[in-house]
Amino acid sequence: MKKNIPFIAIEGRSSGYYSLLALLGAFILASLGAFYYMEHHGHYVTGMDNQIVWGMPHVFAVFLIVAASGALNVASISSAFNKKAYKPLARLSGLLALALLAGGLMILVLDLGRPERLVIAMTYYNLKSIFAWNMLLYNGFFAIVIVYIWTMMQRNLGQYTRAAGIAAFIWRLALTTGTGSIFGFLVARQGYDAAIMAPMFILMSFSFGLAVFLLVLMASYSWTERPIGDAIFNRLKNLLGIFVASVLFIVAIYHLTNLYEAQHQGFEAFILLNGGIYTQMFWIGQVMIGGIIPLIIFYTPSLAKSRGLVGLGALLVIIGGLAQVYGIIIGGQAYPMTLFPGKEVIETTFADGAIASYTPTLAETLLGLGGVAVALFLVAFCVKIMNFLPASLADKDVDPHYKAS
Amino acid sequence: MTQPVNTNETKTDLYRRQFLGKTAAAAGFALAPGMLLTEIAHAKPADEAVSTKNRWGLLINTNKCASGCTACVTACQVENGWGEINKSEELSRASQKAVWIRKVKLKDKQTGHVQSLPLLCQHCEKPPCVDVCPTGASFKREDGIVLVDKHICIGCRYCMMACPYKARSFIHETIKNQKVHAPRGKGTVESCTMCAHRVDNDGIPACVEACNAEGHQAMYFGDLKDSNSVISKELAKNGGQQLRADLDLNTGVRYQGIK
Repeated sequence: MKKNIPFIAIEGRSSGYYSLLALLGAFILASLGAFYYMEHHGHYVTGMDNQIVWGMPHVFAVFLIVAASGALNVASISSAFNKKAYKPLARLSGLLALALLAGGLMILVLDLGRPERLVIAMTYYNLKSIFAWNMLLYNGFFAIVIVYIWTMMQRNLGQYTRAAGIAAFIWRLALTTGTGSIFGFLVARQGYDAAIMAPMFILMSFSFGLAVFLLVLMASYSWTERPIGDAIFNRLKNLLGIFVASVLFIVAIYHLTNLYEAQHQGFEAFILLNGGIYTQMFWIGQVMIGGIIPLIIFYTPSLAKSRGLVGLGALLVIIGGLAQVYGIIIGGQAYPMTLFPGKEVIETTFADGAIASYTPTLAETLLGLGGVAVALFLVAFCVKIMNFLPASLADKDVDPHYKAS
Repeated sequence: MTQPVNTNETKTDLYRRQFLGKTAAAAGFALAPGMLLTEIAHAKPADEAVSTKNRWGLLINTNKCASGCTACVTACQVENGWGEINKSEELSRASQKAVWIRKVKLKDKQTGHVQSLPLLCQHCEKPPCVDVCPTGASFKREDGIVLVDKHICIGCRYCMMACPYKARSFIHETIKNQKVHAPRGKGTVESCTMCAHRVDNDGIPACVEACNAEGHQAMYFGDLKDSNSVISKELAKNGGQQLRADLDLNTGVRYQGIK
């Protein structure tokens, strides 16, 4: 029987480590500056308006929240599905999930019109609101994942790890269902109003979360000169490929369903054919960069041999994911709501029937990037102060029976 | 022990009361016929809480709504302190400025028929904005008027995402010169209040008043639950359609003549 791999905190005394923290810290400070600027002046300094009410901050926030629940998958595979090979990665998976959620929520809160009223959001619940459900789901996610990590880190609590892992897995499915339903339940807008958005968001979370996880794992192991063997690396790469293909599949179903319904064909034409930036975001960003190119990299043996290319593939999945969320959030609002079926609006003072335009400002983008920086900073900080990372992920330590194919 | 009473003062008080009472009665006699013509829906004494006994609604006859006339919009701006009337909303771009009510001109794709109508919060019986609001700031009064509680609105804008009529606006900057009855806080959401401050004092919304004053009489305000109200009678006689009736929101604002 093989020994358990020890978990050892990184040394974190190199100038590279401190440079990383300083860089992330600079992004966090910039985002706090952007927050102060937006809140002090009001949202008129942003690209958002009364047509595009959710903008770039929400793109980053939703991406991070979706990726957070996906990042937990590696842990779920080890605990809920009892796959031992993933066990060494479970702690980092839990940590990354918490960090990404914290980053995403920070953006959402700091973009509120009245962020100082967060306490109201925590004390006044309208239980019919999916936002209110999500607040409970986010808080519950933090609590459950912290307990889960605790059972993994404290020796005498190991017997509870499986139960905590299953609870966390179920909770994360509920959480992403909630995130997708924020859009899926909006009856009035052509781009939303589809129950499929909940499972679509779940598949997106699998894909985005694992892509982020893979990159964080590669970076932390490369910078600390710890080995990652092909056994675990190829498993993660192949799994990511399956998730990327699954997202393409459900996105195709979503659009095909819409195309079949006459009332949604205008919206589909907008996204797929003549929507300018949104059409480009879809075909070039989401499908090509975020889907087809990574799949080619992951499943072409000669390309997949290169760790660098696989890392690039994961990065492309993230870029494509951001494009997808951008298309969903901004594209869904830019396309006008049908208020008067069979009529054309020929005069209005409120852009009825017109495609809305949106140009994000630097402040909004910095706020969004700040959420990413918060997530990465938390991970970098925690792997130094606690034992999250296994000392080695070499094949002989993870799976002694692994044979390179 | 009783206080000594100054009988002269008591008498003066009595005369004053009687005088006031008679004056009020005389004024009532003088005004009543005029009031009855415009049919003010008597909801309740001003100090009584709103109740489900009433459901306030608007009926808009698009055949009477004059193209190019924006009296209802201007009246709403003056009454509630938004739009061009309030110069303090100057930093926001045009697409960021608040719009509580707007005129829309429509052309039928089949017949080419052109008509115009005012578009505002539809005061739904089942308002999506109220459903989605996480804190309950977006709420519907017992009498059907949909409002935003400015004290607990956190400015998340989910209600704006949910509203099928784009009836709500987010306040993008600090607003000065606000009306006492229409607070407008930066970072919160606002929309038509159906002039609740007027309705609670037996008044009618400013837009309806302005439309009447222009002589168009395209807007009726009244109690949808009172079968004797003008609005109910008109609806019973000539019908009235909801915008996005497919959503089954049972709107408090109805339209006639959209064709």
